[in-house]
Amino acid sequence: MRRAAELGGPAALVLATALLGLAVTSSLQTYFLDTLVKVAIVVGLYVFIGNSGVLSFGHISFVALGAWTAGVLTVPATEKPAIMPGLAHFLLHAHVGNVASLALAAAAGFVFAFLVGLPLMRLSGLAAGIATFGVLEITNNVLRYYDKIGPGLNAFSSVPQTTGIWQAAIGALVCVALAFAYQRSRFGRMLRATREDPAAASAAGISIYRQRLLAFALSGALAGLAGGLYVHLLPIEIDSLYLDLTFLTLAMLVVGGSGSLLGAVVGALAIGGLDSFLSASENGVDVVGIHLDLPTGTAVIVVGALMAIVLVLRPSGLSGGRELSLPRLRRRAQRPAATEPAA
Amino acid sequence: MTLAFLNLSWQTLADALALGGVYALMAVGIGLVFGILRLVNFAYGQLVMAGAYALAYSSTWGWPSWAGILLCFGVVLALTIAMDRLVFRPLRTQSPAVMLVATFAVAFLLQNIAVLSFGQLGTIASALAPLNQPWIIGGVAVRKIAVVSVVVAAACLALLQLLLTRTSVGLQMRAASMDFRTARILGVRANRVIGAAVLVSGLLAAVVAVMLTVQNPLVTPTFALDDTIVVLAGVVLGGLNRPVPATLGGFSIGFASGLLGGTLPTNQSQYLPTFLFAAVILVLLVRPNGLFARGRAGAVERV
Repeated sequence: MRRAAELGGPAALVLATALLGLAVTSSLQTYFLDTLVKVAIVVGLYVFIGNSGVLSFGHISFVALGAWTAGVLTVPATEKPAIMPGLAHFLLHAHVGNVASLALAAAAGFVFAFLVGLPLMRLSGLAAGIATFGVLEITNNVLRYYDKIGPGLNAFSSVPQTTGIWQAAIGALVCVALAFAYQRSRFGRMLRATREDPAAASAAGISIYRQRLLAFALSGALAGLAGGLYVHLLPIEIDSLYLDLTFLTLAMLVVGGSGSLLGAVVGALAIGGLDSFLSASENGVDVVGIHLDLPTGTAVIVVGALMAIVLVLRPSGLSGGRELSLPRLRRRAQRPAATEPAA
Repeated sequence: MTLAFLNLSWQTLADALALGGVYALMAVGIGLVFGILRLVNFAYGQLVMAGAYALAYSSTWGWPSWAGILLCFGVVLALTIAMDRLVFRPLRTQSPAVMLVATFAVAFLLQNIAVLSFGQLGTIASALAPLNQPWIIGGVAVRKIAVVSVVVAAACLALLQLLLTRTSVGLQMRAASMDFRTARILGVRANRVIGAAVLVSGLLAAVVAVMLTVQNPLVTPTFALDDTIVVLAGVVLGGLNRPVPATLGGFSIGFASGLLGGTLPTNQSQYLPTFLFAAVILVLLVRPNGLFARGRAGAVERV
């Protein structure tokens, strides 16, 4: 029963979001799609950061590589010279279908994360943080200027926009299911043991390096998949896959509670939902009969301020780092003086 | 690298020294607070940005430059103290990750407030522009600001060294950054020491704001953002735990970045961040505790 809730809770939240997205107008649906893709990214982040306790600023580079892979391989060959004038010859005629492009995006994320992780997973703490930041800087710099493998500074237009509500929801669900399967596996448990007490875990024969590397590669695959979903959603450009997205997704994870899968999903949905609602309000919306028309820019400021407030008031995140489990729902008063979880 | 040194001009060398000096100051500002609070202040660049806006607006209002500099110091210090009271103090006991993300949130917030109130395009700070004129020293033209930056940075670092080694609050700061708990048990007042460190880091941010604004008068909401990232890398590279290695790390990365920027051929200079961060990653792999750090970490590092 408890396991069912651990997977079922996050999955149900994703499904509910998707169903809600079906019920609204197509202009509002864009926000739901965007939020679902962010759920996929944040769950990818969670697989590494949540289970290992090591911060990574580099995951958006796997998202970017996934987006580049899926994008380059699905732009129609006739359009390629127009938006990617410098494209290498062998990529000019390479073309795959929608699902294959997503699978290849995930594979690209996996391989890149594995190669990067080989040296980097020896680091921990701030050195690891800064080194992964370096990976982000390098990936961004190369994708921005090396136009043999993509559009460079141009937007990724002409990619078939196949990420509708179902593709986004299924993508997010795949990420949630893989994250669940991983954290329940012996590898996930070993990595969590290294997070709680590195010395004891080493003494018990766990190789911290190997477990971190595995999680890093897996979370790179999820991030790559999310990148593929993203490029099929809107004409993305390199600037939107850089610092802002890194901060936003990390904040989603920490605000939700980086210690649990539920936290990752709740954080992404809560901040994504709030951000979408406020952005929509800037253009004027009607909420239960009241017309809301906020000044432009309210969204970013409110979201930034709320992130800071949540961190000050509830540093372990909205979920408190706990999974949803049915027995605990019945007798919740285990932790004294905790405020009610928002989810 | 030897080839690069051969076609090095004096201007490039002076600019690299100046950038190293400015980055060294930012590195101390970040390193001091980290040493005591274990807090990597990502919003440091936004403090500099706020100071730069103060300079830019005071110059469009026609204020004399000393008044602009005064305003810059006032704005940056007020913001620093507000940040400490509202965000850092409540989060003091939390894990470094939570504090880091909180400073992200603050950085994000300040940057967007700047976008909303001052616009995306930016403002020119022209009051101190004459410092960009070259001085001719022994037949070599060097921009005045390069010399000024190096001198000011050296003076600030010397003053800071005096503060840290010759005053009781400096001694307390050093003790607190070695071992905060023991220092408190021995009677060091937490709020006083943290307040002093935050204040010094704010002062340094204001100095940096003035010098960066002269070098690059177009003030935008992302002013100093890239610099902060590079300096953070430099600080970790040097060794975060102590002021001197952190400063050296900041200086080295500024100097390296200035040299690379001046000597890379044009078709490669767009890849400057790639070279820089590849070097950072390589150094971290060899010396994870920092290039200039002494001693060794425990057998198992705690995350």
